[in-house]
Amino acid sequence: MTKSLYGAQEASAIWVYLEQNQGRLTGVSLELVGKARELTDGRSIPLVGVLLGDQVSGLAQEAIAAGADEVRVADHPLLRQYTTDGYTKAFTELILAGKPDILLLGATPNGRDLAGRLAVRLRTGLTADCTDLRLEEDTGLLVGEVTGFGGGILAYIKCPDNRPQMATVRPGVFAVPAPDGARQGKVVSVPVNLAKEDIKVQVLEHVDGQGVDITRAQVLVAAGRGCQGDLALINELASLLDGEVGVSRVPVDEGWASRDRMIGQTGYVTRPKLAIVCGISGAFQFSVGIEKAETIVAINTDAEAPIFEQADYCIVDDMFDVLPPLIEAVKRARGGNGGR
Amino acid sequence: MRPLHIIACVKVVPKPEEIRVDSETWTIQRDGVRSEINPPDMNALEMALALKEQHGGRVTVVAMGPPTFVLYLRLALAMGADEAYLLSDRAFAGADTLATSYTLAQGIRKIGDYDLILCGEESSDGATAQVPPGIAEWLNTAQITYAEDLEVLPGSGMVKARRELTGGYEVIQAPLPCVASVKAGANEPRFMDMERKAWAEAEGPLTVWTATDIDVDPEMIGLPGSPTIVDGVAQAEASERKREFLAGTPEEQAQALVERLRAYL
Repeated sequence: MTKSLYGAQEASAIWVYLEQNQGRLTGVSLELVGKARELTDGRSIPLVGVLLGDQVSGLAQEAIAAGADEVRVADHPLLRQYTTDGYTKAFTELILAGKPDILLLGATPNGRDLAGRLAVRLRTGLTADCTDLRLEEDTGLLVGEVTGFGGGILAYIKCPDNRPQMATVRPGVFAVPAPDGARQGKVVSVPVNLAKEDIKVQVLEHVDGQGVDITRAQVLVAAGRGCQGDLALINELASLLDGEVGVSRVPVDEGWASRDRMIGQTGYVTRPKLAIVCGISGAFQFSVGIEKAETIVAINTDAEAPIFEQADYCIVDDMFDVLPPLIEAVKRARGGNGGR
Repeated sequence: MRPLHIIACVKVVPKPEEIRVDSETWTIQRDGVRSEINPPDMNALEMALALKEQHGGRVTVVAMGPPTFVLYLRLALAMGADEAYLLSDRAFAGADTLATSYTLAQGIRKIGDYDLILCGEESSDGATAQVPPGIAEWLNTAQITYAEDLEVLPGSGMVKARRELTGGYEVIQAPLPCVASVKAGANEPRFMDMERKAWAEAEGPLTVWTATDIDVDPEMIGLPGSPTIVDGVAQAEASERKREFLAGTPEEQAQALVERLRAYL
C-alpha cells in the first residue's frame, strides 16, 4: 500500500482548516470546529485550528470561541491570496511538524482544491464531501458518511492506516456553534518558508461573491425548470417572507440565476425553517440540499414529481397560478398580524 | 513552440437516473444500466477540441476502466479527438482517489509530451472533485480547478482561466504544463461528426494499456493502493414529511397553505 509520510503511532489531535477569504473566516470553518468539538467530547483529543493568510491572527479568537483549543497561524505575505502552490507547501510543512491524526476541511471550491492536492502530497486518504462525521467507538478512527451514486445510498468511509485521516465537509451540513467569548485557547504563530518561485500561478483578478449565502437563510423560495426563466414572483415572495431565492441546477445552467443560489449536490446544503419549492421535480441531486428544512412546501404541475414525496404541503398546480394568490394571502396574513 | 498537445481525461459513469440500489445487499446494480461519459468530462473534451481548433495541435483522450469503455472512447474520437487510450486492468479496480489519480498520472506520463490536461470538475457518481488536483500533484504541474473559461496564451507557454468560487470568481494565469478541471456546463459539447464516426469505429487510434504497460507500482494501484476503505453502506433515510395535498382553486390552495404556515409568517 501507498505509505503516508507519517504513521498512526506518531499522529495525534484533530485539525480543522480555518479557511479565510479576504480576512473573513468562512462559515464552514466554524461549522467544522463545532463538529470537531462534539467529536472530541469525552476524549482527550486536542482540537487545533489552522489559519493561513497574511496578517490573519486576529481571526484566531473566533475559532477559539467556537471550540478550538489552539490555533496555529501561518502568516506570510505570499499567503495573502489563496494559491494551490503556496497553501499546499505551507500547510504540508505545518502538518509534517504537527502530525495531526485527523484533518478536516470545508468542501468549498478552494477547500477542495487544497484538500485534493494535500492528500496526494501526504500520500493519504481523503473522504470528500462528507454529510456526517463520527469517531469509531473502539478504534477512534474517523468515519465519514458520504452520499453516493445519486440514489440515496450512504457509504461510510474510513482510512485505517494512513495519516492524517482527511475529510472535506459541505458548507451547511453542520450548524455554526454559538460563540463562547469566555473560552480560552492558545494562539501559536508558526514559521512559513515560502518564496515567490514556489508559486507557479498568478492571480490576476479576484472578485468575491455578492454576499448571498443561502445556507444561512431562514426562509428559502426555490425555483427550477418550471419557472421558465421568470423569477419575478419567486423574488417577490422571498422578499415578502424575508427570505432568499434558491434554485435547482437548471436555472443556473440556463443563466437565470447565479451559482451561489444553487441548492443540491453540486450546490449548497441548506437548512431553512421554511422552503417553498416551485417547479422543481425533486431529483435526489436537488433534494439532498433541502432535506434538512424544517417544513417543505412543493408546488408542481406534475402530481408524480418526486418532490411531493419529500414535502409537508403539496400543491399540484402551476406555480404561476398559485403564487399570485399566495402572495396576496401572505400579505393579508401579515396584515392581520399587524404587518412588519 | 511545438504544437499544443491536450489530454482530456474522461470517466464513464452510469446514467444517474438509471441507478438502482439492491435493497438486500446495498450494492449498486450495474447490470443493464446504461452509461455515459461523465457530463462535466464532456465539457472538458469540448474545451480541448475547441482549443485545438483555435491553436492547432492534437487532442488525446484517456480513461480508466473495463474493456467495454472503448465504446465511449470511440465516441470521443468521432467528436474530434485524435487518439485515445484506455487504462484497463483488473488490478486497477477498487481504486480510491489516491490510486486513481496515480494510475491516470502514470498513463499520462507514458502518453507523454503533454501541455494541458483537462478533466471535468467532478464525476456525477463519486462527485469528489479530488482526481484533477491529484493528477496535478503526481505530475508536479500547476492546477486550475473549476475553470469556466480557459485560453492558451500563444507563444507564452501560459494559460489564463476564470475559476468559479463561492459566488465570486478569479482569473488566474498558470504555466504549461497544467491540469485544469472544467466547470460543468462551461460549454455545449458538440455531437459526433458522422464522417469521423466510421473512421473512429474502424481504425480510430485506440490503445489499451494494462498495469505493466504504464510502469505502475503494483502496491499503489487499485484496492491495495487505496488508503480509504468503505466500512459499510446504508440507505439514506427519507425524513418523515406530512405529505398533505391541498386541494381546490389556486386561491383556496394559497389560503389553506397560509393557514398552515402561520408560524413562519
